[in-house]
Parts: sequence; C-alpha cells; structure tokens
Amino acid sequence: MDIESAKLLGAGIAVLGVIGSGIGIGSIFAAFISAVGRNPEAREHVFTMTMLGFALVEALALFALIIALLLLFVF
Amino acid sequence: MASPLSQFEVKTIIPIEAFGYDISFTNSALAMMMTLVLVILFMYICSRDLSVIPSRSQTVLESTYEFIAGMIGDNIGQEGMKYFSFIFTLFLFILIGNLLGMFPYSFTWTSHIIVTFAIAFFIFIGVTMIAIYKHGLLKFMGFFAPSGVPKPMLILLVPIEIISYLSRPISLSVRLFANMMAGHTLLKVIGGFVFVLGANTFIIGGILPLAFLVALTGLEIVIAFLQAYVFAILTCLYINDAIHLH
Repeated sequence: MDIESAKLLGAGIAVLGVIGSGIGIGSIFAAFISAVGRNPEAREHVFTMTMLGFALVEALALFALIIALLLLFVF
Repeated sequence: MASPLSQFEVKTIIPIEAFGYDISFTNSALAMMMTLVLVILFMYICSRDLSVIPSRSQTVLESTYEFIAGMIGDNIGQEGMKYFSFIFTLFLFILIGNLLGMFPYSFTWTSHIIVTFAIAFFIFIGVTMIAIYKHGLLKFMGFFAPSGVPKPMLILLVPIEIISYLSRPISLSVRLFANMMAGHTLLKVIGGFVFVLGANTFIIGGILPLAFLVALTGLEIVIAFLQAYVFAILTCLYINDAIHLH
C-alpha cells in the first residue's frame, strides 16, 4: 500500500474518535436538561458546569481531528 | 481561490534581525498588540469617573471583575485572590484575541499551537513550582498516590496519574488551538462553497451556504467566549490542585 492511500485511510479511521465526543456531549446535555427539568431554579447554577463539561468533551473530538489533519498534511 | 488554510500564514510586516535570530514584527505580533491595546482601552475608558452609582461602562467592568472573582472564589477559595490579576489578564487576553479573529481579513493569534503551547507550558511550570514551593517535593510526589488506594493498585495508578498530570499543558493548549483553527477553517471552507455555488447558479445556489455561514459565525463567537472561559477556569482548577493537594 503506498503512503498516500495509507495517509487517507489513517485520517479516515482517526476521525472515528469523534463518536465518543458525540455520545459525551449528548450525555452532558441530557444530564443538564434532566437537572433543569427537576429543579428549574438551578438553571444558572448548573449551566456554568454544563458549558465547562461541553468544552472539555469537545476538546477530545478536536484531538481526534488534529491527529487526522496531522496524518494528512504533515506526514 | 486561496486555500482555506492560508489565513493562518504568519507574514512579516517589519523585518528585524538580532544576533542571527529572526525577531521580525509579524501579523501575529500585530494582532497580539491590538488585543493588548483593546484590553487596556476597555479598562481605561470604563474606569473613568468612577462613582458609587455606576455608569453603564462601569457596570460592564464591574461585572467582568465579579465574574472572574466569583470563578476564583468558587474554585480556589479566598486565598486564591492573589492570583486574580493573572487569571483576569489571561481571560481577557485570550477572549479579545479570539474575538479579534472573527473580523474579516483579521488574524487569530490563538490559532497557532506554538502560542497556546507557550502559554499553557508556562502555566504548567508555574503551577508545579507553586505546588513544590508550598508543600515540598516529597508531599508533591504524594499527590500522585491518592490516599485509600490498596498497594497493588498503586503500581498501576501512579504512572497513569503522572502521565495524566504531564498531559495537562498539552490538553490545555491543543483545546484552544484546535477549536480556533478548526472553526476558522470551517468558516473559510463554507465561504468557498458560497462563492463557487453562487458563481455557477446566478447567486441563488449561494444562499443556503450563506445562511449556514451566518449560523456558524454566531457559533464561532460563542466558542470564542467559551474557550477563553474554559482556559481560565482550568487554570484556576490547576492552581487549586497545587495549593490544596487533592
């Protein structure tokens, strides 16, 4: 297998890592909606942590994207 | 048509060379300087004619202060207030840096890994030094072996803890860099679609990508705020870890 096709395959497989991020973000916001549904007063309180959790999970998706871009354009 | 990645090119504006090193004034340095000027201008204009009943701009400045002070108070406690000016500077610098990149033809200096890594690296070194200075080297090493863990698990747990600690600057820097780079690249790619579709279908085909582009630009502005906030709050959490070991 030549290096070009290997790079393309590698980049494609690397992006599969964002599946975890999709599940994670869905999980975080499910918890947020559930918490606000049970106790609407807690909305501002919980919102800050929700945004923090979202950014942390999003970072993992972007790590996978960076590996894919690294494979495609640097090697 | 230019490549979507050409927006990240560093171009020199004033070439300066000293002792064989290239320290020219680049567009990245210009963007950082504009960030600095904007932050200082914001604080200066808002803090003129301070009064007990605040004017509108004084309220904005006080809200920003309260926001950061609340963040430090929640995450470090009152003794963390000595790090207030650092966290405040960090938050505003990264926030205005991110937001400056949203203007057309502008340069996002936070989208370069070397810049974010430099910031995150020195935060990491600083936090480790604070921890070692406050608790001594031995107790700092004890940070990696949490209490109440059975002895056989320690052999597995300590290397994992050490690796996870060492990966903090990497994750901190890559989070900001990847968000900014991916966001701006996506904007330019969709912008390219608007142009190509619009040019080939008498503008009608370009309307849908344009609507998408407007929504994405809004999302990018939210991400700019969010990433600055996450950087600042993670720094607070790392300082909290250093001051109160676990």
